[in-house]
Amino acid sequence: MKRKTSTANKVFMLKVVIHLAAFLPLFNLYYLAFNDLLGADPVQRVIHFTGIGAFNLLLLTLTVSPLAKKFKQGYLLPVRRLLGLYAFSYAFMHILNFLAFDLQFAWLLFFNEIVKRPYITVGMVAFVFLAALAITSVNLLKRKMGKSWQILHNFSYLITVLVSIHFYWSVKSELISPLFYFILTLILLAFRYKKIKALLFSIVKKK
Amino acid sequence: MLIKIPKSYDLKESDVTPEAVYLNRRELLKGMGFLGAGALLATASANANAGWFSKDEPRKFKTTPLKYTPDTNPDKLILTPESKVISHNNFYEFGAQKQQPQELAQNFNVNPWQLTIGGACDKPITLDYHDLSSMFPLEERIYRLRCVEAWSMVIPWIGFSLADLLKKVAPNASAKYVLFETLDDPEQMPGQANRRLGGGIAYPYVEGLRLDEAMNPLTLMSVGLYGKTLPPQNGAPIRLVVPWKYGFKSIKSIVSIKLVSQQPQTTWHKLAPKEYGFYANVNPEHDHPRWSQASERHITTGGLFARNRIKTLAFNGYGEQVAHLYKGMNLRRFF
Repeated sequence: MKRKTSTANKVFMLKVVIHLAAFLPLFNLYYLAFNDLLGADPVQRVIHFTGIGAFNLLLLTLTVSPLAKKFKQGYLLPVRRLLGLYAFSYAFMHILNFLAFDLQFAWLLFFNEIVKRPYITVGMVAFVFLAALAITSVNLLKRKMGKSWQILHNFSYLITVLVSIHFYWSVKSELISPLFYFILTLILLAFRYKKIKALLFSIVKKK
Repeated sequence: MLIKIPKSYDLKESDVTPEAVYLNRRELLKGMGFLGAGALLATASANANAGWFSKDEPRKFKTTPLKYTPDTNPDKLILTPESKVISHNNFYEFGAQKQQPQELAQNFNVNPWQLTIGGACDKPITLDYHDLSSMFPLEERIYRLRCVEAWSMVIPWIGFSLADLLKKVAPNASAKYVLFETLDDPEQMPGQANRRLGGGIAYPYVEGLRLDEAMNPLTLMSVGLYGKTLPPQNGAPIRLVVPWKYGFKSIKSIVSIKLVSQQPQTTWHKLAPKEYGFYANVNPEHDHPRWSQASERHITTGGLFARNRIKTLAFNGYGEQVAHLYKGMNLRRFF
């Protein structure tokens, strides 16, 4: 009984830390941006910050289960939902920044850009999947969906690959950071080598 | 006699962080790829001039007032504040992020300086630092600046027409193009020494113009802005300003101008020929492959809520003065 409470405490503390570490930078960012304290072009800054922040959180989410497995700390697993939801929130702000502050709600241009620019298309597809995962993260839906929930949530691997392509494709010339992120993505997926291989086989078989 | 037994926690001489590493600690943090909270903190302190890291705030580069004929600003253009003009720069020699040139260029040494003008001409010359601002009468020119990344500013440059300088060297009949080159000095320019910082472009930076473009009265050799000599992040001691072309044509910190017979291979064009043309005239009808060029984010004052999206003008609004240079040319092909 005592053991159980201490685990619950640990999870609680961890969640508090995640909330602070994910929310405070965002609060600080918009405080500076609204008050014109974020350099000459705050629009570019908020777009880049939330974009790279979403990617960081996504990779962090994928780090949890390998860590939990390696160190036999099963209690870590529940924080994946919180991290994933923050990744979604950052991605949502990333797109909202682009629409609201860069394009200033020129909806036609917004949709045109999504269709016309392959790197934005790829990013948007990743966001739609991420939104599907965020919506189905509530317990009620998870229970109702049964087995198909896990199938849907395996899309997190595809999302991460799409996001790394989106990042690589978006830069002007500096390729070292996108390559670094691409390698991180590959390492995290390598931990799931067997699972991903099985998933790919099952797709091929169905055809 | 005092016998000192070192405790396990006592620091040895060898434990002290070398001064160079200590002074570069922000760069180390950034270099580790922590683009998250670390970048934000650095930004916050740099912007607010806050005292958190006040000891490593860079020594400020000294600019000096210039004598010049003021621009009457007949179009009533609203200037981008000086603080934004000098803190938002694409000068990859000092870092590929917009705020980095201001942070990393403050120790840049521009005096002595040598600018050689040669190639296909009869009277090649070499100018030193003092010549740059004393050889010709200086005038202020308030120009729109349009970056290929779809943001823009209005900047009060100070300088002289490139045409005046070229006439001095007397170009000969084989001179068809003008080739410009930025200083190549990895010791002073950290972006040239470090591939990640320098954005992975080839150095030294080279740009070019057709001779008639170079001779157009709008084409400016700038030695100052906002009444003073150029800060290093804006291309001190001398840079090109071609207001009807995307900003990357306006090469900074120039050491060589050469008259040549062939169209030169220029830095961004070499890197991505489908994205950046040799001409690079501002053209709202020809998109960059990855973004629209029809409108731009105009940088003035105000934070996120500034309503600053404006339509981009053909030739950046200078069509009357320069459109004739491109008569009969297919500007979609020669973008």
